[in-house]
Amino acid sequence: MDRDPRVCVVGEDVGHYGGSYKVTKDLANKFGDLRVLDTPIAENSFTGMAIGAAMTGLRPVIEGMNMGFLLLAFNQISNNCGMLHYTSGGQFTIPVVIRGPGGVGRNLGAEHSQRLESYFQSIPGIQMVACSTPYNAKGLMKAAIRSENPVILFEHVLLYNLKETIPDEEYVLSLEEAEMVRPGEHITILTYSRMRYHVMQAAKTLVNKGYDPEVIDIRSLKPFDLYTIGNSIKKTHRVLIVEECMRTGGIGASLTAAINENFNDYLDAPVKCLSSQDVPTPYAGTLEEWTVVQPAQIVTAVEQLCQ
Amino acid sequence: MSLIKQIASSRSSLLKPFITSTNLVRRSFSSDSSSESALSIETSIPFIGHRIDPPSRTVETTPNELMDFFKTMVLMRRMEIAADSLYKAKLIRGFCHLYDGQEAVAIGMEAAITKKDAIITAYRDHCIFLGRGGTLVEAFAELMGRRDGCSKGKGGSMHFYKKDSGFFGGHGIVGAQVPLGCGIAFGQKYSKDGSVTFTLYGDGAANQGQLFEALNMSALLDLPVILVCENNHYGMGTAEWRAAKSPAYYKRGDYVPGLKVDGMDALAVKQACKFAKEYVLKNGPIILEMDTYRYHGHSMSDPGSTYRTRDEISGVRQERDPIERIRKLLLAHELSTEKDLKDIEKSARKEVDEAIAKAKESPMPDPSELFTNVYVKGYGVESFGADRKELRAVLP
Repeated sequence: MDRDPRVCVVGEDVGHYGGSYKVTKDLANKFGDLRVLDTPIAENSFTGMAIGAAMTGLRPVIEGMNMGFLLLAFNQISNNCGMLHYTSGGQFTIPVVIRGPGGVGRNLGAEHSQRLESYFQSIPGIQMVACSTPYNAKGLMKAAIRSENPVILFEHVLLYNLKETIPDEEYVLSLEEAEMVRPGEHITILTYSRMRYHVMQAAKTLVNKGYDPEVIDIRSLKPFDLYTIGNSIKKTHRVLIVEECMRTGGIGASLTAAINENFNDYLDAPVKCLSSQDVPTPYAGTLEEWTVVQPAQIVTAVEQLCQ
Repeated sequence: MSLIKQIASSRSSLLKPFITSTNLVRRSFSSDSSSESALSIETSIPFIGHRIDPPSRTVETTPNELMDFFKTMVLMRRMEIAADSLYKAKLIRGFCHLYDGQEAVAIGMEAAITKKDAIITAYRDHCIFLGRGGTLVEAFAELMGRRDGCSKGKGGSMHFYKKDSGFFGGHGIVGAQVPLGCGIAFGQKYSKDGSVTFTLYGDGAANQGQLFEALNMSALLDLPVILVCENNHYGMGTAEWRAAKSPAYYKRGDYVPGLKVDGMDALAVKQACKFAKEYVLKNGPIILEMDTYRYHGHSMSDPGSTYRTRDEISGVRQERDPIERIRKLLLAHELSTEKDLKDIEKSARKEVDEAIAKAKESPMPDPSELFTNVYVKGYGVESFGADRKELRAVLP
């Protein structure tokens, strides 16, 4: 926001309150109430307004207090945000960033634990990225703001308290690149967002058992970085996808299809996809634990694939 | 039966605005006026305000302006009728929503504002595109899906845009353009350039929740947005009294002031828009309700006579037609002759025919255009194999 006066923030309680997860803390004091706009609770309309402002040249960052609330703005995101550049023959660009916390938290209930990446992935014209560490959150956010395309940045409710030392210098990450978390030889594990941590936990167990998993954080959910993924498959010949999306129609389902289409010759075993169960997220802690993929399940799946 | 009574009473109320006015024309200058001298003309009916003092009924205009109104409205009317025949000849496909009968709204608005001000509307956008400076060839080419269309043939009837003259489209989903319009006004306020946004919507869209949400936010932030309800009394097939408990759309803003305008009188529209522009730059949003009428059905697939009588349509056409009103003004003030006006109509017809012929010559878009403009930089077309050299797949 310092660098470009056209960047503004739009969302509920982003200004005086500092953001429900303190993401926009103190920004209103620094940049004023118009640039850090507190909106009433009207997701459809304030998303529409931000897109209209983007048509005039501003670069709004729209915050959904919880990603699930953005379902109310689906019409604006799909028809106006994604498609305007195309239907106007290239006259209008919509350089918005839509961000917010999503994913399964701790006992938040079904409606506040939604994973919207599966619903949004078919919308033509948008890019989707998911951040998982403070380092890539900062880099991806900068890249998303600088991009001329509409970008949806998926954050995770449980990852806001992570602490990491990040470089002081300016850095911007590429929106279409995946991150190699742990190089390996035996199996490729593709993951994103919070599941990365479950995978790394499982990786410790696997290393003790003698396996050498290669862990890739795909980061770019649309379009997939098939270059990095392909290189990895060419090396290991086995793929496991671990995600927090639902099984039906999720990111894992699309990724499985893409891998099968493009890299079928290189696979020694069918692609296995571990996703959350196709159920509304329950409130009870034990049930909630069993809707998402746990490290033990990852270890079992790897052992099965590597037989 | 009460239904018939209701239809009958609503029909007569559509004809009312003209019947109540007798003093349409009042001369205040001598008859051999030069083309620069001003005329004061009274609008057909006074404005009705809600929480605001309405502007005066007397509109200043010039003979040149009136001639301009006539020429452009005749062109718009011709264009819509030609689009009708093109649709029946299957050269235009899909949805085609025609604006004939409502031309006065487009013309009056253009006369009151500059190209820096923004207009955004729904899918009945052909004439507003023309008013904003679009050419006939671009319009017809876009309708026929050709390369020379304003959106390169990829938008169609409902997606006309013209960025350089502040026309933001052209939107298919009812009511979705209202938050967009308020957002454009937000951008104008942010950059402080003294321009305003006219957000047009219909009586059907006036019942959408997002309209009230956007109105609330615009009023909170004092955005320079003018919400214009083009009330043609029918939301596709549903009459306004069947869809809205309170069809006084100019009052629906509650805390936001409103003005009811005779939308078939181009001069009244001009006066209201000028007044509204001055108002919003200081005080925040205002609602204008334009009482207008469309002769065609909702779209080309709607005959337009199942929910209203042919008598009603021809009645409005006889009593309140916007072009006839300007014609009578021009003749009464002796600014033109019958023959001249007929010649203008003939040349408009010729212009439209030539534009159609030119648009027909334009080719369909190239197949590679399927993938352009999806993303800025045209990303997302090809997926490369692992070594980045061989092309493995073309993403659908």
